[in-house]
Amino acid sequence: MEQKLQYIQARAMEEMSGAGSLEDLNEVRIRYLGKKGELTGVLRGMAALSSEERPRIGQAANRVRAEIEARLEERMSQLKDSLREKKLSAETIDITLPGTVFSTGKLHPLTAVTRQIEDIFLGLGFSIAEGPEVEMDYYNFEALNLPKEHPARDMQDTFFITPEILLRTHTSPVQVRTMERTAPALPVKIIAPGKVYRRDDDATHSPMFHQIEGLVVDKRITFADLRGVLQVFAEKMFGSETRTRFRPSYFPFTEPSAEVDISCGMCGGEGCRVCSRTGWLEILGCGMVHPRVLEMSGYNSSEVTGFAFGMGVERITMLKYNLDDMRLLFDNDVRFLAQF
Amino acid sequence: MRVSLKWLRDYVDITAPHQELAERLTMAGLAVEAVESPGEGIEKVYTGKILQISPHPNADRLTICRVTLGQGEDLDIVTGAANVREGHVVPVAVEGARLAGGLVIKKSKLRGVESRGMLCSGQELGLDTSVMPPDQAHGIMLLDPSTPLGLDIKGVIGLDDTILELELTPNRGDCLSMVGVAREVASLLGERLRLPDTSAEGSGRGIEGLARVDIDDPGLCSRYVARLFRNVKIGPSPGWMQDRLRAAGIRPISNLVDISNYVMIELGQPLHAFDYDTLKDGHIIVRRAGKGEKMVTLDGSERNLSEDMLVIADPGGPVAIAGVMGGLATEVTEKTVNVLLESAHFNPVSIRRTSRVLGLRSEASLRFEKGVDPVTCLKAADRAARLLLEIGAGEVAPGAGDNYPVKGAPKTIVLRPGRVEHVLGVEVPGQETVSILKSLEFTVNDSGGDLLVSVPSHRQDVSLEEDLIEEIARMHGYNRIPYTLPSGSGTMGARTPRQSLEVAVKDFMTSLGLNETVTYSFTAPATLDRAGLPPDSPLRNVLRLQNPLSEEQSIMRTLLIPGLLEVLQRNASRRATDLGLFEIGRVFLPTGAGQLPVEKQVLAAAAMGSAPSGWNRAAQPHDFYYMKGVLEALLDRFGLRGCSFVREAGHSLFHPGKAARVTAGETVIGVIGEIHPDVLENYNLPQSAAAMEVDFEALAELSGRPRKYRPLPKFPGIERDLSLVVKKDIPARDITRTIRKHGGQYLQEVRLFDIYHGGQVPAGCQSMAFSLKFQAGDRTLTDQEVNGWMAKMSEALAGQFGAGLRS
Repeated sequence: MEQKLQYIQARAMEEMSGAGSLEDLNEVRIRYLGKKGELTGVLRGMAALSSEERPRIGQAANRVRAEIEARLEERMSQLKDSLREKKLSAETIDITLPGTVFSTGKLHPLTAVTRQIEDIFLGLGFSIAEGPEVEMDYYNFEALNLPKEHPARDMQDTFFITPEILLRTHTSPVQVRTMERTAPALPVKIIAPGKVYRRDDDATHSPMFHQIEGLVVDKRITFADLRGVLQVFAEKMFGSETRTRFRPSYFPFTEPSAEVDISCGMCGGEGCRVCSRTGWLEILGCGMVHPRVLEMSGYNSSEVTGFAFGMGVERITMLKYNLDDMRLLFDNDVRFLAQF
Repeated sequence: MRVSLKWLRDYVDITAPHQELAERLTMAGLAVEAVESPGEGIEKVYTGKILQISPHPNADRLTICRVTLGQGEDLDIVTGAANVREGHVVPVAVEGARLAGGLVIKKSKLRGVESRGMLCSGQELGLDTSVMPPDQAHGIMLLDPSTPLGLDIKGVIGLDDTILELELTPNRGDCLSMVGVAREVASLLGERLRLPDTSAEGSGRGIEGLARVDIDDPGLCSRYVARLFRNVKIGPSPGWMQDRLRAAGIRPISNLVDISNYVMIELGQPLHAFDYDTLKDGHIIVRRAGKGEKMVTLDGSERNLSEDMLVIADPGGPVAIAGVMGGLATEVTEKTVNVLLESAHFNPVSIRRTSRVLGLRSEASLRFEKGVDPVTCLKAADRAARLLLEIGAGEVAPGAGDNYPVKGAPKTIVLRPGRVEHVLGVEVPGQETVSILKSLEFTVNDSGGDLLVSVPSHRQDVSLEEDLIEEIARMHGYNRIPYTLPSGSGTMGARTPRQSLEVAVKDFMTSLGLNETVTYSFTAPATLDRAGLPPDSPLRNVLRLQNPLSEEQSIMRTLLIPGLLEVLQRNASRRATDLGLFEIGRVFLPTGAGQLPVEKQVLAAAAMGSAPSGWNRAAQPHDFYYMKGVLEALLDRFGLRGCSFVREAGHSLFHPGKAARVTAGETVIGVIGEIHPDVLENYNLPQSAAAMEVDFEALAELSGRPRKYRPLPKFPGIERDLSLVVKKDIPARDITRTIRKHGGQYLQEVRLFDIYHGGQVPAGCQSMAFSLKFQAGDRTLTDQEVNGWMAKMSEALAGQFGAGLRS
């Protein structure tokens, strides 16, 4: 009897190991543990045993049953795991195929650069002012200390609509409009980005281009403040190692006036092709607001001072992206636009 | 302004190296654009004399010149030049010489004859032919026959020089002269300025009684100085003068003209020479031109003069247009014997206006426009007389006709040291302030507190305290002023809501796959036709530029879409046909004569082709529905609820059956559609395109409405599908409305998810499938209730549209 039990156990173990699927395993279970199964048959035949033998055999049979069941469990989990593994492996995809396309457009480089400049000055407490692109001669020239026949009008070749109405040649008229609106309140602290127009068209000039004007008017604004603000701007815009250089210049609406160079980012000021071997790149014009401009705009020039600056967005964009032809910016070739 | 350092050294000692001088000038506001060394690289070119010229045995056009350099053996040099003669002194490049542009001269055979060098033209020595006398511009450069032989050519023709190219600002007319630049250099280097010799007493009969100057309009001419030269011998000027003029970029012409130009460059005062014997009575009258008056100018053209032009006249009529151009009849010619020299001060504005009207700009008019120094007039005339005597080109009559009706007193400015610090933000020591001003020839009266500063007559640009502060700052050094940040009232930097919206809309549009463009605000009048605008369209009312660069850029745009269509076309021609673009820009709508136009900010978008298919996705055509989807997404994103699309069959840009107006309540906020086939053709677009234009201001106004929270549903909703078969011409919106109207108060969502034609759907009809969602805020709805609404809805749809339910 015991021998038979051992035999059953050995066979069941062997068959369970041989079962390749859950179905096979189930058949093995039924064959040994089912109602008509072999082990069940042995237990059923226990009635015929002597009372000494019965507990011993009973114990042995239960041990065999427990061992088969344990093995069954183990085998089932093995088979389930391998089944899952197979299924997952069959589901493998080519992760090198491109993802679902979400085409994204790009901001125009001039917008991107304008925004960067705006954000720097917003951070310094400036607001953003706007003004008309078609402007009165008065705001574009006269109120900026550029009376008719002033030789400096030659610096800005102008598109006229009528003798008194023109396309603004710079964003400076926004200075005047803003001061007129604000005076005599203080402070004025604005930048004014926008389109401007001059009669020029070649690789470095476009008849329409963009400027950003800056203006600060308050009780104690100095040239040193102008230097400080523009130095901060240069560092934020072109990198913290950037140096600035102020050169005396002339604008009718500022006195003293300056042009500002930054150290060339290409060569670090050593001199290269980009900076024409000077180590410096001119980026903007600036100065202390001319007393006549303050007066004409409604401020008392003996009580307040101010500084103003103006920069060309195209120039800065071209420096930033190393562009050599301004016309690319207005051609709007998608192969160009998509690069930014 | 081209500044020869050799010449400049006449007036100031320069010890600093050239580069340093250039740097210091630049940092003082006289920008040095370039430093030129014209003789750099030229080696082994000497003065040589042609002893003998013999024909070349093998070539008609070549000759053999035997040349001596004054020492060593004579050289036989083959040349093709036709202008050399025996006895000429010329530049000779010997073996191993280096010419401008790096050419190296070697011993060589020319048609069988050995040539031991080369005779040089001015060009080969790096001279600009435009500043050489016409007879020397081509061919070998002929030198003064008295030139010693064997000298390095660079010293002889002024190539041992350095030229600073100054880019002057318009206020510094005083630096359009060597003396003016020298004054700045002297101040910068702490050197003394030496002024040129202007003593010219003259001989013989004085000018008195021979010439007379009357000024009729002192407002336009504040001073007129005349000097008289007798027995002039017109001929070439000496080499040194020619070299200097050339260095300054001026072509030598003849001694008298050259003297005028020389003095203009030296002192900044333009001069004009008349043939005295052609002037009636030797009488100069400075007056305005009469109405309809005419005269023939030096260039041979007859000029119509007007009353606002200043002329120099004699009793017979105009002889010159003051400061702009002389007259032909009184021109100095080879036959001229006596010369009346003019040195005057004319009103800058008048000169500027006249030269512009006549289209005549010259070195002289340029200087008059910037304002010359009236005090210099007499000095300049005297200097010319002095030079005439020095070069022996004639005699000078003693005295000058000097009419000086308007003598301006020197300007005096009060300079407060505190103000200097207030403006600059740094304290410049009082002593430095005074010495800077004095070095620039300002007179300073320092009484301990405020300074009383007199402005020298050559600094007409200085009239305010701020101007003096600039002088101090630039000489002190802009870059020695510290960096500070504005103190005082703090401000918050922030974009306005509209500015923020612009930023957000641009970001949103790009996130949908459209690229931002920037196109010109001006366009061609033909654009209006290409856009198919009817003759009475208000959009044809445009602003026109008076002086456009071209017809293509002559009007201000009233629409943005045409600019985008041009961009589509340009890209299509480069084989980029699947694209979407947008722009935010202004359109210009005229209001009335003399008034500024309305500038309206507009958002426009245009797309062509399709969003290309991917391996897992079908292509999405850029058609009406694509553009509508973009707009709907935009409206939704920026909180514009309840906008409607109304069919727009009358907009010339759009296909009449595929266009709509977009309205928010009563306001039309934009138009949208597929581009009209005619317009596609006008723009040469290869395939259909869709576009929209939205009033950005309206968008900004409507998007600013505050939003309020609605509680989230607590009870589950019930979803049902509804499939209808309806005639194709029934607008989806009408069906949706009926569904909503009869769907009961708990119908929350109606979504069209499918449209189907063909199959069992009868011709002319389509099947539309809607997904509906019912939901109540306070309880769970029952199927029975929903069935009721569905039944009502079906009934209404059947009644209104003959819609059949499809299961």
